[in-house]
Amino acid sequence: MQSHLADGPDPNATDPALLSGAEITIQALIDEGVEYVFGYPGGAVLHIYDALFQRGDAIKHVLVRHEQGATHAADGYARATGKCGVCLVTSGPGATNAVTGIATAHLDSIPMVVITGQVPTPVIGSDAFQEVDTVGITRPCVKHNFLVKRLEDLAETIRKAFFIAQSGRPGPVVVDIPKDVTDPNIKIPYIYPRDIGIRSYNPAKRGHLGQIRKAVETMLAAKRPIFYTGGGAVLDNAAAPLTELVRALGFPITSTLMGLGAYPMTDKQFVGMLGMHGTYEANMAMHETDCLIAIGARFDDRVTGKIEHFCPHAEIVHVDIDPSSISKNVKVQVPIVGPVGSVVTDMLSILRESGGRPDQSALAAWWQQIDAWRGIDCMRYDRSSPMIKPQFAVETLYKVTNGDLYLTSDVGQHQMFAAQFYPFDKPRRWINSGGLGTMGFGLPAAMGVQLAHPDAQVACISGEASILMCIQELATCKQYSLPIKVVLLNNGYMGMVRQWQEFFYESRYAHSYVDALPDFVALAQSFGHVGMRVEQPDQLESAMREAFAMKDRFVFLDVIVDPSENVYPMICAGKGHHEMELPPTMSERELA
Amino acid sequence: MLVENESGALSRIAGLFSARGYNIESLTVAPTDEPSLSRMTLVTSGNDDIVEQIKKQLNKLIDVVKLQDLAEGDHIEREMMLIKLKAAGPDREELKRLTEIFRAKIIDVTEASYIVELTGASRKLDAFIEAVPEGLITEVVRSGPTGILRGAKGLTL
Repeated sequence: MQSHLADGPDPNATDPALLSGAEITIQALIDEGVEYVFGYPGGAVLHIYDALFQRGDAIKHVLVRHEQGATHAADGYARATGKCGVCLVTSGPGATNAVTGIATAHLDSIPMVVITGQVPTPVIGSDAFQEVDTVGITRPCVKHNFLVKRLEDLAETIRKAFFIAQSGRPGPVVVDIPKDVTDPNIKIPYIYPRDIGIRSYNPAKRGHLGQIRKAVETMLAAKRPIFYTGGGAVLDNAAAPLTELVRALGFPITSTLMGLGAYPMTDKQFVGMLGMHGTYEANMAMHETDCLIAIGARFDDRVTGKIEHFCPHAEIVHVDIDPSSISKNVKVQVPIVGPVGSVVTDMLSILRESGGRPDQSALAAWWQQIDAWRGIDCMRYDRSSPMIKPQFAVETLYKVTNGDLYLTSDVGQHQMFAAQFYPFDKPRRWINSGGLGTMGFGLPAAMGVQLAHPDAQVACISGEASILMCIQELATCKQYSLPIKVVLLNNGYMGMVRQWQEFFYESRYAHSYVDALPDFVALAQSFGHVGMRVEQPDQLESAMREAFAMKDRFVFLDVIVDPSENVYPMICAGKGHHEMELPPTMSERELA
Repeated sequence: MLVENESGALSRIAGLFSARGYNIESLTVAPTDEPSLSRMTLVTSGNDDIVEQIKKQLNKLIDVVKLQDLAEGDHIEREMMLIKLKAAGPDREELKRLTEIFRAKIIDVTEASYIVELTGASRKLDAFIEAVPEGLITEVVRSGPTGILRGAKGLTL
């Protein structure tokens, strides 16, 4: 990813403006082309807020209701646009509240710059009011962080932060600024550096051509190949060359939760998501493949299942921008370090130059096998149920939105149902916390998405447990008139916890029942929104249509779903891809 | 490793080891002739895959400028020890002899004690400790090993 600079002051121009640290902070954001800052004021950032106020509309500030909301909103903005998300929070509790969102962005490699206020330098270390060691606390969950002790370093540090956040494997960068550094009375000449050199930081710009050639040879020699793509394909905007390569080869392709949409999910070569709740055909193909082509994926434990059983027959090609992702969990034979977009493009041209074609008869037999696995219908569910099934709710959402939706999610069963039953044909449409699994992510993330795409349909799918974790952001949605649609799959349980307790703890439902739930319709209304409740399957579609027809209103749709439904297929802990639990058949359901 | 001579660099490196469950057996660090850089010698253990992953993770840290695995090549390792010994009566002569055998130096003397300085491979330091008669050691200070690759090539920018 490249960082794009807006037209800032020319460093060669005469007499650079004299600015205070607070003004430098805001001007640097403007020079970075920042559109939105998600934040919450407090003592240590008041100078910065005053400078922001004085710049009028040069930069739009979104006042959240909790700093966690600021980070998730900036994160959602970044995921939906590919640009860098920006937050501004105060010291102490402002910074600690932001940590969950910073860690969420870190685990999913989302470009983000978080500016935190700090107590003045003379009192750092004295346990001053609202003092915490922000760089210490955030160190393990950022790509990098800075404490700016000198005003002279401020502009350059902010430039470095944006550069680091957006280049190589993206990630969050924290810039901690003590209050005295932003003193409005101390002004220095402002020069925003355009090119920043960091001697120890040189992310790969291209993959090694020899290795890429070897990868293409491996692919052409394969009899049972499969592509396995991850969030890296989305982050590096590699969807177009990836789709071209996969189609040129005619290979099947599966994706992680984070990579959904990089390849059109409605295409016949797409065999569904893989991993713990992946499809039977994707996981069986992983188990039987002789050539795995991993693109921007990191062999996460939710994907691999038991490592000893992972792809036992495969030669593995792995393309990733981060060398430390390669052979971290699974040993690979053809490692390629580089930006996935450029590597995949190189693969495509080498393939075309070589004029080679994969073994068509082997490929035909492989597809025959895959189609037989598809025939198992691993995501079947009881369509005749008198209750709304969560799967049916997601299918209805797809129908009502014509597949044209930005969908954010919280964490749990609803997240898996959405990933399984809403096929995304474009990247950056499916926005969820995959790595950290942060409940509360969905609603604030949707705010960032809606601000980035004001005319697009944006929905947040959630559960009644997750949504309560950042429910205060309903007020932010009202203040900025964000017409998000919340689709709440309300089953009265922390569904995924309940499922695990049913499977692995003999149905002892320890504290997974969400008692004393609010009336979500009344709750939404009290924040000035539209609230609706649906309990009957035959009323769901019309209710959703009604909700999405309200183009300028935030609608909270409380969908009462079957509390006993489980997410299938499932690979239980310690099992391999070939040892999936499938949903009960019709006759098994009747027996039960 | 050459690392940025900045506050925070050391804790990033130490934090990486604890966060990912790797062991630091010893660590020495001091600024180099280039004041913006510190040189760090870190001793860790693990099989080839773990060591490979440790190197990749360290290289990913923005404060780590250059890294070299000394164990991969022919290298020299030295550690310094300062050891305070009870040196009274007949032990004085015995300890002085031991110091000569090990080519160590006595750098502080009182009526009842010696401080001995000894530099060498860590195993040599272990051997010296082993050789001191029981009950005579008051205090042991070891620097942890530092190392350098043999030959003309240097670990520089």
